[in-house]
Amino acid sequence: MSASEAAVLAPRDYKSDYKPIWCPGCGDYSVLSSITKALSVLGVARENAAVISGIGCSSRIPAYTSVYGFHGVHGRALALATGVKIARPDLTVVTTGGDGDGFSIGGNHFLHACRRNVDITYVVMDNQVYGMTKGQASPTTASEWEGSKLTPHGTGVSPFQPMAVALAAGANFIARGYSGDPNGVSKLIVEAIQHPGFSFVQVLSQCVTYRPEQRDWRSLVRPASKEPTSNLARAGRRILDDDGFSTGVFYIGNRPAYLPPTETDKTMADIEQRFAI
Amino acid sequence: MLYPTESSSSPDDPSEPYQPSDRAKSRKAGSSSPGAASVSIAVTGSGGSGVMTVGQMLLSAAAHAGYQGLMTRSLGPQIRGGEAAALVRLATTEVTCPGDGVDILIAFDWTSTERFASEIALTKKSVVLRDPTLGEPPAMIADSGAAVLDLPFADLIKPIDGGRPNMVGLGALAGMIGLSREEVMRVLQRALKRKGPEALKASGAGIEAGFAESESLPATFRLNAAPDAGSRWNISGNEAIGLGALRGGIRFVAAYPITPATEILEWLAPNLEHLGGELVQAEDELASINMAIGGSFAGVPSMTATSGPGLALMTEAIGLSVASETPVVIANVQRGGPSTGIPTKSEQSDLNIALYGLHGDAPHIVTATNSVRDCLITAQWSVYLAEALQTPAIVLTDQLLGQTRAVVDETPALPLVTQREVAPDNVQNYLRYAVTESGVSPMAIPGTPGGEYVADGLEHTPKGRPSSQAEDHTAQLEKRQRKLDNFDYGDLWADIEGDGDTAIVTWGSCTGPAREARARALAEGKDVRIVSIRLISPVRDEQFNKAMAGVKRLLVVEQSHSKQFYKYLRSHYDLPEDVHVYNRPGPLPIRPADVYDQLVKWS
Repeated sequence: MSASEAAVLAPRDYKSDYKPIWCPGCGDYSVLSSITKALSVLGVARENAAVISGIGCSSRIPAYTSVYGFHGVHGRALALATGVKIARPDLTVVTTGGDGDGFSIGGNHFLHACRRNVDITYVVMDNQVYGMTKGQASPTTASEWEGSKLTPHGTGVSPFQPMAVALAAGANFIARGYSGDPNGVSKLIVEAIQHPGFSFVQVLSQCVTYRPEQRDWRSLVRPASKEPTSNLARAGRRILDDDGFSTGVFYIGNRPAYLPPTETDKTMADIEQRFAI
Repeated sequence: MLYPTESSSSPDDPSEPYQPSDRAKSRKAGSSSPGAASVSIAVTGSGGSGVMTVGQMLLSAAAHAGYQGLMTRSLGPQIRGGEAAALVRLATTEVTCPGDGVDILIAFDWTSTERFASEIALTKKSVVLRDPTLGEPPAMIADSGAAVLDLPFADLIKPIDGGRPNMVGLGALAGMIGLSREEVMRVLQRALKRKGPEALKASGAGIEAGFAESESLPATFRLNAAPDAGSRWNISGNEAIGLGALRGGIRFVAAYPITPATEILEWLAPNLEHLGGELVQAEDELASINMAIGGSFAGVPSMTATSGPGLALMTEAIGLSVASETPVVIANVQRGGPSTGIPTKSEQSDLNIALYGLHGDAPHIVTATNSVRDCLITAQWSVYLAEALQTPAIVLTDQLLGQTRAVVDETPALPLVTQREVAPDNVQNYLRYAVTESGVSPMAIPGTPGGEYVADGLEHTPKGRPSSQAEDHTAQLEKRQRKLDNFDYGDLWADIEGDGDTAIVTWGSCTGPAREARARALAEGKDVRIVSIRLISPVRDEQFNKAMAGVKRLLVVEQSHSKQFYKYLRSHYDLPEDVHVYNRPGPLPIRPADVYDQLVKWS
């Protein structure tokens, strides 16, 4: 499909007719819309986009889109996506998932995806809870949260700081959005896809079923007071000083995206000749 | 295929110890009587003493002289230094496994040598060469009855500026087995091309001194003249896996370093690049297998390589490959297990995890390589199968095959064109998991308009939508099983050799010793049938029955403590009533004599 044909696709053209399993009021509905809108804005042909995920409520997103997708195993979305993008640099690769999938079982891959800096966009719908398994604490849950039978006295564990970790590990673009502002999130995703290298977008996406108090996020979020920076130390300070509710782009790095050299300069016969006696 | 037999490889009566006083006699006799068809040599020393260089150069020189052979390396657990042994077997015809024992041992020190006592089987007819200053040999040598001869390495290199004992050893060995100076010098020149003329001169002088010394050493190990050899290669099993994979069309590899599979990756990294492919060093094996599945989903034939612990980590995602019908190849170089086990030594104990390690009903391909050369064939075939059947293929090889460097006949690629059935552009009403008669459904590659679908590890409808319905589950399970069951695998499912009512059924690196045991039985006028199974799963029971027709007695040979292969055979095939199992765990390889003894004991 040519760019001009692709441009006529509306956000809804990137959605499938398959009905989400999400609860009414779930923040993920609007993140889905933000993603499809971003693809529409960028005019990506459907066949040239791939949405890759692991397991969890938000990881269901690929099936609700009309592009190529892979719903893999728990925690390995970034590894799958890395393989897709390195094998096929021509594709637009968006990885989606939740805080448990990305920061707990998939935590190691998150670190190394940031380091590796392959040109993919990682959208994490952070609701600070495991929704699919019905309400356990996740890595981003506050330590004193007592809402789960699994950790009745709270986790007693410091919450994971996704943006600070992403920055330290080498992510090339770091932003935060809020699912209650789908247009804002869509803009962040457009920018993230356009920026070369590994782009990380944390989206506060409420779980009204297991964390009904997250409805209050609407009154807590606010646009970040400062422009994005490409200075690591400055970005680090801003991220660490923030209460977790400022939205916008925090860091724009300028590392080149990872891409191994792929120039074909030999034939099989050349290679086999090396073994000849 | 011909194999040297025990009788032809030992010109002397094995019961007669070698006597130094026989030296002149045997040298004289050497000119008229036939020499050896095969000779096994061990060189031991501390890491850094250059024993591996001796082994490699000897193998190369022998290869140039038209001989076949192989070299295995044995190392202590130290990262650098420690003890090292080069085990070289040279022969006039193809050999596919180490021999029974060691004919010539060059020991640069006793401490290192003793560490390999169980791997270096000396007999009364063996010869041990050592510097006289080393003193009395340890019990492993003294008890064997081997002749201990002086080779004054230290004195010989004294007049050579920069001379090293290992080059004297190389010259002495080359002289003893009858290689010419020119052949050794040619290999030396190639090996030291970058080290400059002084290193070349010093090494050359050392080799010359060794050659001169060999004049007074026994001539009983002179190899017969090499038959006219065709084009041959010098290749290791791990390199052969890499090359076979490239021939099959692999162009994307993601993997994590692990002993003893790393050489596959180190060989593939530059060569994939030459062909426009990529290798990614992943953060762990969970990432490796998922990256490979991602690459394959994107349309590029993909592979990973690992060993037991890595395979264990990969099993969940191999199930994803089954369920999502995304082809991927996993080369597993087996080592001693369980857990970290014995990383540097061979064992055939990953059979169970390869066959049964996946959760759910997860039909997949399991293949096994049965020689260094076969690593080329089986790797290429496994890529072909994975791609044709859109399923994972686990290729089982092992440390012994992987880290053995062998001189083999040049082996052309299999005349198979790897082909994945793909959906055409602008396909209408595309169903990724359509329930077809063959069980294989055309796969849409990203970039194909109209083919957009979501690959899923969740059970799904033919369209690929998640489903927990009984009829979808049954239909998809049957389709995934059917495509494997109904495929025509042809003759490659096993290597079948020989005839007779006694059969050896074996797999992997045990095939070499079994073949050689058969050759010895044949030399005595008795044939034995060998069935070496290359396609472990899916089971080819009809073909197996045909191959076993008329067999009354079955000897199963495998290198696992719990008889994993025998239990696999028992549960899937009809076996004759009279079955013997010869099994032993690693790290010691199964020798031709071990298998031969089993056959003799039986008759």
